Parts: sequence; C-alpha cells; structure tokens
Amino acid sequence: MITLGVDIGSLTGKAVIFRDHEILAWDIILTGPDSMETGKTVTENVLNKAGLKLEDMEFIVSTGYGRIVIPFAHKNISEISCHAKGAHYFFPTARTILDMGGQDCKAIRCDENGKVTDFVMNDKCAAGAGRSMGIMADFLNVPLEQMGELSLQAAGDGVPISSMCVVFARSEVISYLREGVSKSEVLAGACEALASRVRGLLTRVGIQNDFIISGGIAKNPGVVKRLEQKLNTAANICFEPQIVGALGAAIFGKELAEKRNKKRSETQ
Amino acid sequence: MRAHYGYADGSGEYYITIDTDKCDGCGRCESACPASIFEVIKDDYDDLKAAVKKEYAKRLSFSCFGYDKKCSQEETNCHSVCEGDAISHSW
Repeated sequence: MITLGVDIGSLTGKAVIFRDHEILAWDIILTGPDSMETGKTVTENVLNKAGLKLEDMEFIVSTGYGRIVIPFAHKNISEISCHAKGAHYFFPTARTILDMGGQDCKAIRCDENGKVTDFVMNDKCAAGAGRSMGIMADFLNVPLEQMGELSLQAAGDGVPISSMCVVFARSEVISYLREGVSKSEVLAGACEALASRVRGLLTRVGIQNDFIISGGIAKNPGVVKRLEQKLNTAANICFEPQIVGALGAAIFGKELAEKRNKKRSETQ
Repeated sequence: MRAHYGYADGSGEYYITIDTDKCDGCGRCESACPASIFEVIKDDYDDLKAAVKKEYAKRLSFSCFGYDKKCSQEETNCHSVCEGDAISHSW
C-alpha cells in the first residue's frame, strides 16, 4: 500500500510517500504565499522522485497550518497527532517529542502506540519558535545552518538576552554588538534563551528519558546541545527532522486506508 | 489526551487543561463560561471533544478570568458543569 502525507507549515511544505513500512520519497520546499500551490508543487516533486502518479496513492492525508486547503487530500489531521505518529516511527521507545518549526513550538507526550497523551503548543509569538533564530541569523549575517556551530564556539552561556519578544531581543543584540561583544557570544545567548523557553513547555507535559526533537530547530546544534544539558538527557534526531509531520500524516493515511478497506470487505 | 491550552509569560502560567479521555463532548462548558472560550470540535479520531477556541488560546490570561481568582466563587462554572471533571486551570 502506498500513501502520501503532505505537511504545509508556516515556512516550508513537506511531502512524504510511504510504502508498507518504509519511506519511499520525500521533499521539502519553501512555502509561498499560496498554500494550495505549495501543496501541489511539493506533491509533484515527491511523486517525480518516486516515479509515481497521484492516482497511485491509496490515501492522502494533509497536516500543518495549510492542511485545509489541500484539495486532493482525503482527510486532514492536526500536526500534533501527526508529529507523534511520525516520531514514534523513527524512535518507538521515545515518549516525549519537541517539535519546533518556523512559527510555533509543540511539546508532545505519546504512549507506546504513538498516540498523543499530552500536548502543549506555543504559537503565541515567534520568540519561542524557529523564526527567532532565522531573524537573529539574518541580522548577524550568518547562514542559518551555521549559527548553531558558531554559537558553540562561545564559552559558556553567552550574553544574557532577557527580552521575551524577538523585536526587543533584536535591539538588545544591537547594543551588545555596539559594545563589542562577539557574534558567537550573541548567538550563544540567543540559543540559550530559546532553549530555556522551550524547557518550560517540556516541563508542562513532563520529560521522559528518551526524547525526540523534530522540526527545523533540530538542525541547530546550538539549541539542541543546550537543551540536552538543561534536561540532562540526549536527544534523538532522525536523518531529516523536518519531514516527521508529513511522515506521520502518511502513516495515518495507511491506517485509515486499512480501516476503510476492512469495512469495504466486510460489507461485500 | 491532556490538551494544555495557554502559555507562560512574565506574569505567570496560564494553562487550561482538558482531559479528552474524560470529556464526552456534551458542550455544557460552552454555555457555562462567561467569556465563551470553549467550543466542541471533532478531534483527529472523529470524536466530539471540548477545546479552547484558537483565538482565545493565545490570549488566555486576558480572556479567561481564572478559576482560583474568579470563577470558583460562582455557583456554576466550567468545572462544576463538567460531569467527567475534565477541565482544570493553572491559575
């Protein structure tokens, strides 16, 4: 059985094709202003990679902010359930999931079947999300992919960034730079501030030993390392942390299709 | 599933927790809340469950008066009408 999961996030669109128990193909693109167009493009890309057609997909599930505008999806499921499902596929023993994307941050606890038992989401403001890192990286003229490594060059926690708001944090950063503080010290402070904010969310759902980080922030070792230190546990990160939600959607699709097929065969 | 709606900010922790295993989707909390912050929605497993409206979750400390401070003194509130005892507040 082949299913498709499409995750339209605030910053990127992701699609995963899932066959039986393995990932057949995946793709990530930036979300444009038109979510429906993003959904179509990312789907086309992933189908091309797998050499398949849309008609070959037995079930299609959409998730993420833009999940309701995907016209070819059979069902839309919240990103919380999908992330738990996807994370459970990669690390079946893990029970705590942190997903940090461009615009929000979710802490999820799941059971042994990958079903959500606890969740909390911060989508109130960008200060607790990946976007704040993007803004800092742009502002300091450091590529986003390198900012984590650079922040680790600083000794200790870097300079304290106390503002809860990204806009104010930026002014704080300006004053540090004018005082002659190095880029790595400032970045260390930004990563530290984000890590401590996220710890609050994780404490809310309860942290268990095995935990997973998904979403774009998992690619930032500056935040990951600091979070590991704070929680005193190692984080599990899969080979492509941004596709976890789309993968979960595809797995949901498989389960729903199996349920549907079973019902069909019973009525026949 | 315990769904925690809300946030912590500089002034404190503002979370409303709905235990969906205890919620039967009756909708009494919708009318009991003076600020109308609850709604009954279809969840990912197609069951009807109470939830905090999205637009209120982001400004919960301004929308909900808080259970300890205000609504616990009222005769009916979201806690008292809920037979399954599914709703709790952090403030």
